[in-house]
Amino acid sequence: MKSSKTIKYSRTKALLWTIAKYLVVIIIAVVPLIPIWTMILWLFMQSFSSKVIMGILPSGLTLNNWRFLWSSLKMGLKEYPNIWPITFNTLALALGVSGLVVFVSVLGGYALSRMEFKGRTPLMEFIIALHAFPSIILLIALFVILNKLGLYGKGFMTLVGIMLIKAGLEIPMATWIIKGFFDAIPWDIEWAALVDGCSRWRAWRSVILPQVLPGIGAISIFSFLSGWSEFILVFTYVKNEAYYTLPVLIYHMIGEYKFIDWGLLSALGLFFTIPTLIFFSTSQKLLLRIYVGGIKR
Amino acid sequence: MVKVTLENVTKIFGKVVAVNNLNLEVRDGEFVALLGPSGCGKTTTLLMVAGIYKPTKGKIYFDEHDVTNLPPKDRNIGMVFQSYALYPHMTVYQNIAFPLRLKKVPKNEIDRKVREIAKLLRIDNLLNRKPAQLSGGQQQRVALGRALAKEPDVLLLDEPLSNLDAKLRVLMRAELKRLQKELGITTIYVTHDQVEAMSMADRIAVMNAGKLQQYAKPEALYNKPANIFVAGFIGNPPMNFIEGSVYAKNGEYFFDNGEFKIKLEKELGEIIASKTTEVIMGFRPEHVKISLTNVPNSVEGVVYVVEPLGRDIVVNVKVGSIVVKILASPDLNLESGQKIWLMFDQRKLHFFNKISGTSLLV
Repeated sequence: MKSSKTIKYSRTKALLWTIAKYLVVIIIAVVPLIPIWTMILWLFMQSFSSKVIMGILPSGLTLNNWRFLWSSLKMGLKEYPNIWPITFNTLALALGVSGLVVFVSVLGGYALSRMEFKGRTPLMEFIIALHAFPSIILLIALFVILNKLGLYGKGFMTLVGIMLIKAGLEIPMATWIIKGFFDAIPWDIEWAALVDGCSRWRAWRSVILPQVLPGIGAISIFSFLSGWSEFILVFTYVKNEAYYTLPVLIYHMIGEYKFIDWGLLSALGLFFTIPTLIFFSTSQKLLLRIYVGGIKR
Repeated sequence: MVKVTLENVTKIFGKVVAVNNLNLEVRDGEFVALLGPSGCGKTTTLLMVAGIYKPTKGKIYFDEHDVTNLPPKDRNIGMVFQSYALYPHMTVYQNIAFPLRLKKVPKNEIDRKVREIAKLLRIDNLLNRKPAQLSGGQQQRVALGRALAKEPDVLLLDEPLSNLDAKLRVLMRAELKRLQKELGITTIYVTHDQVEAMSMADRIAVMNAGKLQQYAKPEALYNKPANIFVAGFIGNPPMNFIEGSVYAKNGEYFFDNGEFKIKLEKELGEIIASKTTEVIMGFRPEHVKISLTNVPNSVEGVVYVVEPLGRDIVVNVKVGSIVVKILASPDLNLESGQKIWLMFDQRKLHFFNKISGTSLLV
């Protein structure tokens, strides 16, 4: 009898302990999310309603705030037919950055991971040091360079120039990330490909590359988003409104009016975050999927 | 099929000499094992034959062709890695077909060959799986299938059985041997397991610290080891070694280690004494008989501990200050502390030079 009592007692204790653990988890994980979710909720509610009560309760559903998708959008003296030309600029910049970063860092990361050459370690340290400079302190020097290259004030070519700058700033970190993915592939697999009849290039393309796809996914997403949300470079170098990107447009929406159309602004903000949402919801699986090699681990 | 010849092959990594002046000839259709402890240079040797490493010095020939500087893809070799190195993003079918696709074999031909190989290795029901969904034994077969699919001139196996469980390993040993004889492919097999090497290979090259110790048939390695390393490496339980000296007294030859002495047969004693006096005597656990009574020319000892193995027992016997291992029948009913006498089979004693470690009898 006595022993069954002790068991019951320890069971209650274990239950209490479990509840306590969950409580701690909830406090740590959920509470910090509340302000973030509030902001997102605000953005969402605001953009779809004609009026909000207490800043969050919607009243009157409307699509009026989203009119920039089909009708003209006024910004200062400039009037756009709709949002799409600017979206195209932003997309071109982001995709360009992403493409350049993936191309260079996948080749560079492989070389740093797999090839022995003089000065490899110092080079790697130098690469990481490059990342220490934020673009804002490079603005003046970069302006001179852009000017010399004849890319300043040349409309779309200026965006190409910014693409190059942005890619240059992203490549060091991306190369490091992708190098880690290459490091994780055993030499055996590459050797097996060579023995099976591949040239080094073919082995890289058919055997090594498919296994770093999650890594390529990661760096392409990160560099796309960094290009998509780039503000200071576009704001500084692009003077022609036709080649503005979304972040600069949003800035001007706030900056140039005494009266701010909060509904329009939040709809624009939500529109701006759509690619991010798409990317993260579709690529989660890709990022988590890491191939496992021959031996079960 | 081809003959593989290594001529004065040396490989140096930085300051480490991984393979030191290796000469080896593998005959057409022969199954040769490279045997040695970890880090002895056997895998490096294999990778040089594969063309993945270039020798620092020396040449490698396939038949009469110098392949030393030929890239792996032009050597027509098949290789199975210790980790199997299957391509994780391809199915079993694609893995086996990959070398054929690279050779630009027509599609229907590839299909026929893959199915044929898969059937031979009994993996034809797994063709649509990914490597991660296979057991170790199945992965091993797929790796073998991929190596065999392109009908290589030379098959290189790098410890292919070491990741399998003990039972499967014994099964695959026989399977591999049969397959090799059936296909008649010149095969080089790297292993650190002497049982694998002894049971499968036509000839074994024993390596240690980058150097070839002995290259001979399994029986020769067992019966006539060239040096103390080979003697100690081949055989399980390992050979016992006792230091001592050999001298002649009144026309009779003795081995004396200070605590006991045994009389040697005249022929044996003459050969040894003509070369040196300071020796190491070696004898295998299975070549000593245990007597419960004192007999002439035997060595007295005390049973230290008995390890039963089922069919046999390993008796650890304390002779003077050293412990030797003797293989005996379980019928003896020996107990710790019991006094026994060891009788040596003189034809199966080995003597090595104490300084150089080379055999005095070969």
